[in-house]
Amino acid sequence: MRCDVLVIGAGMSGLAAAIRLAQFGRSVLLAERHTLWGGLNSFYKLAGRRFDTGLHALTNYAAPGSRRSPLVRVLRQLGIDQGELRLGEQGHSEIAFRAGGETVRLRFANGPELLRSEVARLFPSELAGLDALIAALPPYSAVDRLSQDAPSARAILERHLREPLLREMLLEPLAFYGGSREGDLDGCDFAVLFRSIYLEGFARPAGGIKTLLDLLVRRLRAAGGELRTGCGVRRLRVEAGAVRGAVLDDGRELECDLVLSCAGAPETLRLVDPAERPASASLARVGALSFLESISVLDREPAALGLDATMTFFNDSPRFEYARPREAVDTRSGVVCAPNNYASAEPLPEGLVRLTVLADPARWKALPEEAYRAEKETAADRALASAARFIPDIRPHTVFRDVFTPRTIEQFTGRIDGAVYGSPDKSRDGRTALAGLYLIGTDQGLVGVVGALVSGVAMADRHALLARSEAR
Amino acid sequence: MSREEIVTAVKDIIASIAPDEDLSELALDVKLREQIELDSMDFLDIVMELRKRYGVQVPEADYPRLATLAGCVEYLEPKLAGREPQPAGRL
Repeated sequence: MRCDVLVIGAGMSGLAAAIRLAQFGRSVLLAERHTLWGGLNSFYKLAGRRFDTGLHALTNYAAPGSRRSPLVRVLRQLGIDQGELRLGEQGHSEIAFRAGGETVRLRFANGPELLRSEVARLFPSELAGLDALIAALPPYSAVDRLSQDAPSARAILERHLREPLLREMLLEPLAFYGGSREGDLDGCDFAVLFRSIYLEGFARPAGGIKTLLDLLVRRLRAAGGELRTGCGVRRLRVEAGAVRGAVLDDGRELECDLVLSCAGAPETLRLVDPAERPASASLARVGALSFLESISVLDREPAALGLDATMTFFNDSPRFEYARPREAVDTRSGVVCAPNNYASAEPLPEGLVRLTVLADPARWKALPEEAYRAEKETAADRALASAARFIPDIRPHTVFRDVFTPRTIEQFTGRIDGAVYGSPDKSRDGRTALAGLYLIGTDQGLVGVVGALVSGVAMADRHALLARSEAR
Repeated sequence: MSREEIVTAVKDIIASIAPDEDLSELALDVKLREQIELDSMDFLDIVMELRKRYGVQVPEADYPRLATLAGCVEYLEPKLAGREPQPAGRL
């Protein structure tokens, strides 16, 4: 069997790359090991309900027609009508920190206006600094030109803001929504996340992530691309430092000298026989950060309990620590999402609250099955009790709950240790030590649903479409 | 394709990428980027679209030749000889 391009993994970036390639007449095989597509942003059915995986929403919200926006642009590049997504915007979100014996709450919504007025209210002397920070952010088109040693998120925040509490508060949502490093964020990631969250904002497709996934798969099929699920890539064949083909899980051989992978950097390089890896091919580090998430189905809407924020980012001290916990979960901080609080053309059938906290993959992977199941419930209870200091207590109103851990994420996505934001070592140009093998998605350095779509299109253009045309 | 058809074809492509711009008054000899808001990513989209619709492959070294509409016509005319204009269709 032969194809022009093999795409490993039907995550958001894999789907986007495959659509782009098929649109331009390439024969493309998109191989996904799981029975369902979407990768980190997918969905599952349990007890008659459908739940989304992944982080709650799209970032980068923009109204149709604002074509500078990555969302509008990438949907156009993929031939998807934004209207079909029926995006509902967040109401507002909140960053809640305990400091000096009280809870400081900083709200923000889509666009910077509410954030600016909240900073003016809580930290009046810092508004000018915030404006200077925003003015100094590079545009998306220039972010990948930032050098690797560009200042980190904390350094950029310190340059513009004197108030440590404000710096920590602004950092928390960005870390939870895309931090692949412990302690701090890379400067590129900071610029992208700051824009996509504080200057653009959150939205949710009516019907959840499945709405977007259905549109992507339909586009792929219409363009002539082939999606094969339940069939991953077992091994990549390499000759003289260049990819020559692959062996699929079903044993079939594929001839192909161009491979785009959204499986992750260390995960992808492990598909190459160590003897065939060039000496320069050191394995990228596995990311240290993963999460435990509980999804609680409530007997009423979250707003009826007084939870009116769409997202609540909480932290129980003035200093936010973003690191792999030294116990099963770190419940000092977390993200609460109330998806009912998105405006929606199609209201959710029930009240839902999702809670995400940092988790230590090693501990979760080491537990025997029974202890694992018990520990999931214990950890979720602890996290919900911690969150109840910042939001109304949802536990008495919970009628059903599901919990997933780094172990669940690893099982269904193949991400080692459930490291959803991938390796701390990014390949901004997508290149690997092997000719013909390129990374897309998280380990190319773009996170989130929109980031992943942008990555898939950009890498397909650069390494498969434009490069070939110049060679001819 | 005639020179007029090439101008229309390029404008069609630009309209699909920049639907918010008014293209009716575009001058032939002034740089496109001085007349409408196009960034480097938009420009790349134009190149990709030329390729999708007409099979024209523009190497990066030739990008400057597409800076004006007149430049586009000069550059594309020999490459599009005998081709029919393609409607935008569904993007």
